[in-house]
Amino acid sequence: MPFIANTDEQRRQMLAEIWLTMERLFSDIPKKFQCSRLNLPQGLTEQEVRETLAALAGKNSIDLTLFLGGGFYDHFIPAAVYSIISRSEFYTAYTPYQPEVSQGTLQAIYEYQSMICRLTDMQVANASLYDGGTAMYEAMMMALRTTGRNKVIIDTSVNPIYRVMIESYTRNLGIEHVQTQCATGQVNREQIMAKLDNETAAVILQNPNFFGCIDDFSDIAEAAHKKGALLIVSCYPISLGILKTPGAMGADIVTGEGQSLGLTMSFGGPYLGFMATKMEYVRKMPGRIIGRTVDRNGNKCFVMTLQAREQHIRREKATSNICSNEALCAMTALVYLALMGKEGLRQTAQLCADKASYAYSRLTAIPGVKPHFGAKWFFNEFVLDLPKDAADVIVKLIEKGFAAGFPLSRYYPDMKNSMLVCVTEKRTKQQIGMFAEALESVL
Amino acid sequence: MKLIFEKSMPGRRGVRTTQSDVPETINIKKEFLRAQPAEISQLSELDVVRHFTELSRRNFGVDTNFYPLGSCTMKYNPKVTERIASYPGFAHLHPLLPQLRGGGMLTQGALAVLYEMDLLLREITGMAGFTMQPLAGAHGELTGIMIMAAYHRDKKNKKTTVLIPDSAHGTNPASAAIAGYKVVPIASTDKGVMNIDALKKALNDEVAGLMLTCPNTLGLFDPNVKEICDLIHSVDGVTYCDGANFNAIVGKARPADFGFDIVHINLHKTFATPHGGGGPGAGPVGVRGKLVDYLPVSLVVKRDDGTYALEYDRPKSIGYIAPFYGNFAVILRAYVYILMLGKEGLVRVSENAVLNANYIRVKLRDYFEPAVDTICMHECVVSPSKKMLDSGVHALDVAKALIDRGFHPPTVYFPTTVKDAMMLEPTETESKETLDAFIEAMKDIAAISLKEPEKIKAAPVTTPVCRPDETAAVKNLDLACL
Repeated sequence: MPFIANTDEQRRQMLAEIWLTMERLFSDIPKKFQCSRLNLPQGLTEQEVRETLAALAGKNSIDLTLFLGGGFYDHFIPAAVYSIISRSEFYTAYTPYQPEVSQGTLQAIYEYQSMICRLTDMQVANASLYDGGTAMYEAMMMALRTTGRNKVIIDTSVNPIYRVMIESYTRNLGIEHVQTQCATGQVNREQIMAKLDNETAAVILQNPNFFGCIDDFSDIAEAAHKKGALLIVSCYPISLGILKTPGAMGADIVTGEGQSLGLTMSFGGPYLGFMATKMEYVRKMPGRIIGRTVDRNGNKCFVMTLQAREQHIRREKATSNICSNEALCAMTALVYLALMGKEGLRQTAQLCADKASYAYSRLTAIPGVKPHFGAKWFFNEFVLDLPKDAADVIVKLIEKGFAAGFPLSRYYPDMKNSMLVCVTEKRTKQQIGMFAEALESVL
Repeated sequence: MKLIFEKSMPGRRGVRTTQSDVPETINIKKEFLRAQPAEISQLSELDVVRHFTELSRRNFGVDTNFYPLGSCTMKYNPKVTERIASYPGFAHLHPLLPQLRGGGMLTQGALAVLYEMDLLLREITGMAGFTMQPLAGAHGELTGIMIMAAYHRDKKNKKTTVLIPDSAHGTNPASAAIAGYKVVPIASTDKGVMNIDALKKALNDEVAGLMLTCPNTLGLFDPNVKEICDLIHSVDGVTYCDGANFNAIVGKARPADFGFDIVHINLHKTFATPHGGGGPGAGPVGVRGKLVDYLPVSLVVKRDDGTYALEYDRPKSIGYIAPFYGNFAVILRAYVYILMLGKEGLVRVSENAVLNANYIRVKLRDYFEPAVDTICMHECVVSPSKKMLDSGVHALDVAKALIDRGFHPPTVYFPTTVKDAMMLEPTETESKETLDAFIEAMKDIAAISLKEPEKIKAAPVTTPVCRPDETAAVKNLDLACL
């Protein structure tokens, strides 16, 4: 039997040594509930299962040239990332409950927390949450707890996938959600300022926002703080290679999806939710936190800390129910950042912006194709208005080998002809040129 | 050992970025740019590889040696599942592709995996439908409680409380609370199972449901489980099975048959996906027929022509709990594992897991104090003997002494209902030889504890650090190197 060590002879021997039978071992399960045999297939050998799964993998289209982003990106991943995180001392370990045999994981997560802080200009980060959406939800709950208030303001330029997740999570909780309507590509300042009051726990924004547009939320941070509310900013970590940081804007809680930091897209996961905040809020933060301390002999070392916030100690009074997180993905992000380094990250972000800008010029030069928003302030994604239904155009471009973008009508019903286009550093000038030609040919 | 930031050398590079091939450099308005580049360490590729290789040597995984961490099911993680998860057809698949018109046809292989996994888990648990979306066990719990809430909302039931035994994992009460319910703990009997009288006393029309870990955290299968579920159903409550310990009964018995309405399965425990130093996991949730309509959006369906599609039109659904279809690469690994074991193999899993746990339990009986001296399932809970405690040796000391003998310690101080608890879960992938070596180490620790307890209190002596000061960590918070 695969992966089971003991032979039948050893089983008999062990049962004899402890004076028990297999039947006795399961005797607490009432007989009528013991199933005789499940209707499952016979086991496959490694050779068979690899062939079967290779055939299934072959039914997925990965040969399309991707201009599809929407918060999930096709970035270059150095080979050393995979090679390092494949070390089984890391990936076959569990939560570092025993620090003496987990200094590897613990130090790596401490370094990851430090990297996230340096990237976002915040003071403290946790050891990871599931994904960008659950991180935003946790940040919202944290703001409610911190302020003791019950109202949140969220702009429609925040990733709609995250907005629907937040709606689902809070359906039983009676939280007041106020949605402000993004109209110009930048957040709707007028509406946000009008809705901000002494009942508001948080304003939730995203930069670059779902439409790719960039902004500076410093004024909103100031206005929120005047009313005693917190500013939550979700961000795209690669963009922080060049863009103004949420910390510099005065954000109180920063979250985001860390997939772009060396994680494969893998059809939706596992990904990485990151969260960082100011030191004053650390005790309200959900999730595991690693701290540096000294051991019995005065050696510097690392431990899980501030555990009094967590479910295994506080049970129903915990800051969150999270237990298993995305530690290996956090480690992947750390290794990616370490390999890219200060200059590599900056250059990658600049390349994304440059190539997107070039694609924007090429695509908006096509007759009938117009930028949806007036201003050209975007990072590596932008919205194009097409002369016809964007979803139809995208179908035609798939036939030509391009995943052209995301049809915005899926979440914004009045944007039927709009398409969100993404360009990462992996796209070449030639690919962008061919894409422009293909788009022109199907309009 | 130095932090990665302390090894940084200005100007050193790990990766050379490709030269720009586009004619322009975009000048973003200065107010939108960061003042200084982020202070990421500057190292060569070799520096980075050596740094992490050195860190890896300060870590203990299942591949290192026996890792009997109770309630975590640290079984061997087959290498083939890693290989398959890295197939480009899976690893490089963009999650938004199926949301394009007709895009489902671009991801038929991935959708097939999700659909087939749903069918397998239905058969294994007896449930009527699964969502693959929950990203961990606790996330599955929250999803399950949200389904419970949606059911009551739909039936216009006024329900406010969730009953949870005092021996439950902390995630249970935390999940119920953040979904908006009041938690009512139920005491266990001295035999370690649910106190039916206490349950009956707590039962009223306010009860939305019960969360029960089955088998429980003492490694016991509650023989009254059907009666317990019936009681909850008598007030139109919903029964939730925390499947964290499913490895004990996989292939042998099915939660739906005992009367559970909802179950979550930890794929990273029962179905052998790696724990990754704390995650990622996956916690698919299965429900009975009356609750299928409430499962999250989307679900994979098979059309008449044999193709797979995502179904979004689910008006009664609790909505979106994850951005896409769950931790796909984790689900994929677990799918491969189930395919390889097949129906014969799965039964062998639980049989050997339970046998290994009982083998340890019986062999240690004369040296350590069993929490409950009865047949256990996949794990057993013991405490240091009275004599050991009298000489000052506690569960933590035994744990540290095990490290010096080459083993990962068991879970200590959980369940909280047992004093000085040590929770041992060997799993089925360990051999008799390994168990014997472990048992000898435990006996050795018990013997030394009585003669030279200071030796045990000094452990571990073979690791780079020894007993970090956790109080100082909280007092002098150092949470990042800035």
